[in-house]
Amino acid sequence: MKAEDVGAQRPLPHLILILIAGGLFGAGLAIAGMTDPARVIGFLDVFGKWDPALAFVMAGAVGTYGTGMFALRHFGGASGKLPTTRSEPIDRRLVMGAAIFGVGWGLSGFCPGPALANLGAFRIEALVFVPAMAVGMVVAQQVFGADTEK
Amino acid sequence: MDHYTLVHALIGGCLIGLASLIAGVLSGKIPGISGVFGRLLVPATPDKTWRVVFLLGLIGGAALCFMLWESAALFRSMRPLGVMAVAGLLVGFGTRLGKGCTSGHGVCGVATGAKDSIAATLIFVGVAMVTVYIYSRVSL
Repeated sequence: MKAEDVGAQRPLPHLILILIAGGLFGAGLAIAGMTDPARVIGFLDVFGKWDPALAFVMAGAVGTYGTGMFALRHFGGASGKLPTTRSEPIDRRLVMGAAIFGVGWGLSGFCPGPALANLGAFRIEALVFVPAMAVGMVVAQQVFGADTEK
Repeated sequence: MDHYTLVHALIGGCLIGLASLIAGVLSGKIPGISGVFGRLLVPATPDKTWRVVFLLGLIGGAALCFMLWESAALFRSMRPLGVMAVAGLLVGFGTRLGKGCTSGHGVCGVATGAKDSIAATLIFVGVAMVTVYIYSRVSL
């Protein structure tokens, strides 16, 4: 079955695997210590007491995803549609969005994944942050559109 | 179990990469968290089921680790809730304007050498570093 055909009607095994993938993602964040905002801010605090953990997390994640995608692309057969590797133009929207995200990330130590993961511990910071994040997303998508998958 | 070390950071990172790989292959989309979550908030998004399932798995997987391993449950609050609310707005707005966050751009995009993702990652990491520096100055 091609990925673009499945739409809302996904077979149960697909959904179970996606649930497991989500579980691995959340477990990875927690094991890596990325759900602790002090560790994330410690990495960003290059002029203070620098914590290299986030660099190790990114190395592991980029290495695994990169190797896997490379293997699937070159030796993986042709079943289904793999996510795009195409770059979109580096325009004002991308630059402004990344910069605004950077301000929020530096202010909080939360990016979207760790913020959601902390809902699993009912932490008040996440219970405040996630609804605010949802509002910010809705505003951006209403004003600028949400069409492009990235 | 052991105390947290950088080996845990590396292993956790590998799990994040593997999870993204599985979700990416099954969905055919780059499974960046901001995109997966943000599109759930758009009524017209056709394929909501896998997004909900993936995010519920994420929350559940993290919750399980918090319960099983003391070091994973470590949470050092750094900012007042008012700052967290403002930051949440900025992270939500910025990630959907810039079409990606630490996972979509930072992991998946960088891993496949997409130039827009590399640019976005350099920008949000750099701006976040400057933000942390300024915050530590003004809040002294």
